[in-house]
Amino acid sequence: MIGEDTALNLGVFAVFAVITLFVLYRVGSRSARASDYFAAGSSFTGPQNGVALSGDFLSAASFLGIAGSIAVNGYDGFLYSVGWVVSWLLGLMIVAERLRNTGRFTLGDVLAFRMRQRPVRAAAANVTLVISLFYMIAQVVGAGGLIALLLDVRTAGGQALVFAVVGAVMVLYVLVGGMKGTTWVQIIKAVLLLLCVTLMTAFVLGKFGFSLSSVLETATTKTPLGPEVLEPGVRYGGSPLAGLDFVSLALALVLGTVSLPHVLTRFYSVPNAREARRSVVWATWTMAAFYLCTLVIGYGALALVGSDAIKNAPGGENSAAPLLAFRIGGVVLLGIVCAVAFAAILAVVAGLTLTASASFAHDVYANVVKRGKADPRSEVRVARLTAVAIGLAAIGGAIAANGQNVAFLVGLAFALAASANLSTIVYSMFWKRFNTNGTLWAIYGGLGSCVLLIAFSPAVSGLKTSVFPDVDFALFPLENPGLVSIPLSFLCGWLGTVLSHEVADPDKQAELEVRSLTGIGSGLR
Amino acid sequence: MAKAILPPGESRRARGFATFDEPPPPLLVDGAGRPDFAAIRDTAEFRELRRRTRVFVLPAVLGFLTWYLTYVLASAYAAEFMSGKVVGEINVGVVLGLLQFVSTLALTTAYARYARRQIDPQVAAVRALTAQERP
Repeated sequence: MIGEDTALNLGVFAVFAVITLFVLYRVGSRSARASDYFAAGSSFTGPQNGVALSGDFLSAASFLGIAGSIAVNGYDGFLYSVGWVVSWLLGLMIVAERLRNTGRFTLGDVLAFRMRQRPVRAAAANVTLVISLFYMIAQVVGAGGLIALLLDVRTAGGQALVFAVVGAVMVLYVLVGGMKGTTWVQIIKAVLLLLCVTLMTAFVLGKFGFSLSSVLETATTKTPLGPEVLEPGVRYGGSPLAGLDFVSLALALVLGTVSLPHVLTRFYSVPNAREARRSVVWATWTMAAFYLCTLVIGYGALALVGSDAIKNAPGGENSAAPLLAFRIGGVVLLGIVCAVAFAAILAVVAGLTLTASASFAHDVYANVVKRGKADPRSEVRVARLTAVAIGLAAIGGAIAANGQNVAFLVGLAFALAASANLSTIVYSMFWKRFNTNGTLWAIYGGLGSCVLLIAFSPAVSGLKTSVFPDVDFALFPLENPGLVSIPLSFLCGWLGTVLSHEVADPDKQAELEVRSLTGIGSGLR
Repeated sequence: MAKAILPPGESRRARGFATFDEPPPPLLVDGAGRPDFAAIRDTAEFRELRRRTRVFVLPAVLGFLTWYLTYVLASAYAAEFMSGKVVGEINVGVVLGLLQFVSTLALTTAYARYARRQIDPQVAAVRALTAQERP
């Protein structure tokens, strides 16, 4: 049914892609200096940056993943919406203003502020690369599923080709645009995505006489689960251990947001702390509206499309929202929704690639390899090369993870981010004794344990839904490792500090404390 | 960056006529005009800023995390309760989930307002100690 109007779908998408690339080219061609490329010259206002921030955050996971998860797992999928809205409070009250006052381009600026520069910067950059890669794999899986749905590509080889094309377009975005271009794409995309979900929500509600209750009632008749789909426990129920998995995911969602490198760097593209705060306020309102709509779209997809049709479509769960669009608006709305979702993915991937490559170029190349004496032009060139390398790695990972729910995959990236970054950010802001050794233990302890636990979890092996369904080396029972690895990284940070004889630099500590609250010494106004 | 140290006699706090017998407070910067962070940290102005931040942020963060984790634990381990119907097919779980949205927006608004009224002026007061005043 859907494959027939491929030309129209692709037409709508192509028009959109050309427009955004043109915008990128226009604003991007003037970005010459490193601060322009990495932080858009800190020139955006709070509201602009807030919309871009929600653009960064509203990825394939939020749109395709949550809708699919709610349509198939019902209430348990709704947790993603709640967790991701609530998580912004941490960003608002603890991270945004302090980060803007302290750093310049990357997370490494803040973590290395009062520590020995080279090891901490290298660690921060490594973490950024790993998190970004995981996050990007999820995005490419989402994009692949989308195009597979549009073109009705069902073979593995065809989907691999789709991933390669997505990767190439994404690298092109980053190479041409830099941070300023990416910010404008995020703004355009966030507005379009919001319009799209609002329209779809209004449409679904309208079809059911503006009664959420009757959407839910119809949804229960379209799934083998029946009324259970409205109750907790479809995905994470049945045993106390499954409940723990739910809690673990919830923890990763709420603590991961403000630990994501591409969200953190977004606080640098405003001129001062007040604007950083305003941008989080704007982002929170935008995202609350968006995630409210995902509830209706998820259950609406179930009510109007049905769970069997969703599960059997190319792209699986991730195709719930596009299928709903096709059901209510025919092939034109399907084309538009896919184009917007695709642009959403491209923009997020571009932002991620940019952050990861900036982190590598700024923290590893400029500060570790060249010991702070790198020529800014070569720094930008290294960043661009890194972008290409990351793009290739993400394509490879996406081919392996093909068919997984993207919200679930992103949940893993959130666990990684919260495990590696949250403890170090909190300790270095609020604990005077915290030192270089503690920072390294916390970063590598959290990241290492998280990666290991994911590798030995049921997400990777042992279940039909795993990446490797045929073998079973799942020694760790939880799919999301956050519940273990996040506290572990706090413990590692504490142990690493207490066990080393190194004394934290009191002058730098005073400077960080004063500067993070006031911006004195940062040159910000 | 920081301006030069003010010459003696030109009091920054001059008000009325009684100021000539009061020496002007020195700016908290060193000879090169760099801020003296340790000294700033010990000023009454900075302590007040830290107090104002802490007084709001600490209870707010602990409060919302507790409320969120309660919701999550209830979903995981009190499915019966969360499945109870409130209106039509809408159950307790959905209502509590939507209340998380409401509380998040309320707290966001409250913090933005508090920061504008209580924190920003105090930041300006601390910055004035180094003559890095906001425009």
